[in-house]
Amino acid sequence: MNFSSIKVLLKRILEAILVLFLIISLVFFMIRSVPGGPFDTEKEAAPEVILALEAQYGLDKSLWRQYFSFVKNLIQGDLGPSFKYAGWSVNELIFQKLPVSIELGFWALLIAICLGIPLGISSAIKSGHISDYFFISMALIGICIPSFVIGPLLQIAFSIHFGWFPLIGWDHYSQKILPSFTLGLGYAAVIARLTRTVMIEEIQKNYPRTARAKGLTEFRINMIHCFKNGLPPIIAYLAPAISGLISGSFVVETIFHVPGLGRFFVNAAINRDYTMILGTTLIYSCMIIGLNLFADGIQKIINPMQQDR
Amino acid sequence: MQKMSNLRIKIPLYYLILIGLLCFLGPFLLSYNYEEQNLVLGASAPSPDHLMGTDPLGRDLLARTLYGGRITLLISFSATVLAVFIGVIYGMVSGFQDGIVDRLMMRFVDMVYALPFILFVILFMVTFGQNLFLLFLCIGAVEWMTIARITRSQVRVLKYKAFIEVARCLGQKPFLILSKHLLPNLIGIILVYATLMAPSIMLLESFISFLGLGVKAPMSSWGLLIKEGSETLEIFPWLFFFPAFFFSTTLLALNFLGDALRDQTEVLKK
Repeated sequence: MNFSSIKVLLKRILEAILVLFLIISLVFFMIRSVPGGPFDTEKEAAPEVILALEAQYGLDKSLWRQYFSFVKNLIQGDLGPSFKYAGWSVNELIFQKLPVSIELGFWALLIAICLGIPLGISSAIKSGHISDYFFISMALIGICIPSFVIGPLLQIAFSIHFGWFPLIGWDHYSQKILPSFTLGLGYAAVIARLTRTVMIEEIQKNYPRTARAKGLTEFRINMIHCFKNGLPPIIAYLAPAISGLISGSFVVETIFHVPGLGRFFVNAAINRDYTMILGTTLIYSCMIIGLNLFADGIQKIINPMQQDR
Repeated sequence: MQKMSNLRIKIPLYYLILIGLLCFLGPFLLSYNYEEQNLVLGASAPSPDHLMGTDPLGRDLLARTLYGGRITLLISFSATVLAVFIGVIYGMVSGFQDGIVDRLMMRFVDMVYALPFILFVILFMVTFGQNLFLLFLCIGAVEWMTIARITRSQVRVLKYKAFIEVARCLGQKPFLILSKHLLPNLIGIILVYATLMAPSIMLLESFISFLGLGVKAPMSSWGLLIKEGSETLEIFPWLFFFPAFFFSTTLLALNFLGDALRDQTEVLKK
């Protein structure tokens, strides 16, 4: 880490904060610009009640004043009270739901990496062999079948037919297996394909031949030499993969009734729970933008030759 | 080898044409309509009368699947065209310009690329109503950036070629150079990447419908049918299997076609 790379990093972080601020402002005005509010229910409430509620949450003030007070609270780390869940603040709700989503994403990512990379390497070593064709066709099928098809299929097979795992829920570890696999399998397939392509390229280069001539074992050549050199593109893929995991979690949380943030976000959007929408959008945006930054940084450390654009 | 690669293009292509014909012409041949209910019948398993069975409201699943396919395919196709249109224009302008304009344009793409688009699409669909036209605009507006990057890199290679320099020396206007000389050379690669992009657009559309934010009942789309099917999976499994089968095989065919086309262009380049 020298001076110029710190400067680049700082610049990127400042840029990210600016982008986050723009996103939040955009979403703030977008959700307010349409008719319908958080207190519209199917049963018509008395106008005085609605007025009182609006006054309590500060919705009767002008839009700009609401915006400024929102930004002021945001800088202090307070996302405000939830409109739909009376008595709860958005901060509390997010802290309750976010760990579940992160856990789901973590298991899914672990499955994707632990399945994808070994399969990709073994396919590359045996490229042209029948097992290679088999794995690669499986991977393509895995990419094409979306999580909302895989999820119900796994449910039919392992919950209804064999009865090994509970159908839905998220309390016991046995309930976490199916959702994690549903989310992870597609990414495992992409990672396997990517690893295979990268490894085939590396194996055909000259240095593995030199290593072999020196008498190194095949295992050492493939795992230590080739794989290490092929790693950067795989890591470069992981950042968009994690953003994909986050959006994929909406579906998986719906299918398996996992009480995570994704389901919550969709409900908040439908309920017009203004503060909740802004809070969840902020958290998701932070995660995605932060992960992209992180992946860029890691790539620079692994491959310092890479130029700044 | 040549024969093999031809087959790799032909089989998925014919399958896609078949699915397209089924979805667009099939409903005319059926005796049932996609929204016609038969509450007395209710949900029934596949039978000679209803080839794919019926849903809990007694609606014919075959008609609903074909009709849903029509909507899914139509939205995906037009969103792809829109994304390609925006992406190609943006990429061509950016690639053709040197220096600060190009840098700013690409920096913008980099920045926007990192945004959580799925959130925007969801918020957009919720706030502005579940409107098909909007869904297609949203998806198109999200997916153009990959095409823009590819077009730009191609233009940057092509613009130093002799024929472009000749055109420039002869005083051809930049707009004409772009549209008459560069565009024809780009069409091949754009088509390939459009085919590779189409599956992800289809997925996004179904994803939105699956969350219940896209197409609304009684209309149908594959995403919506899969969602409805997955809710009654234990009792009426056919309601899930048929739409899921159509959807997955179409995606598979598109992916195979895109892969084969890309390999083909790489062979041609060599």
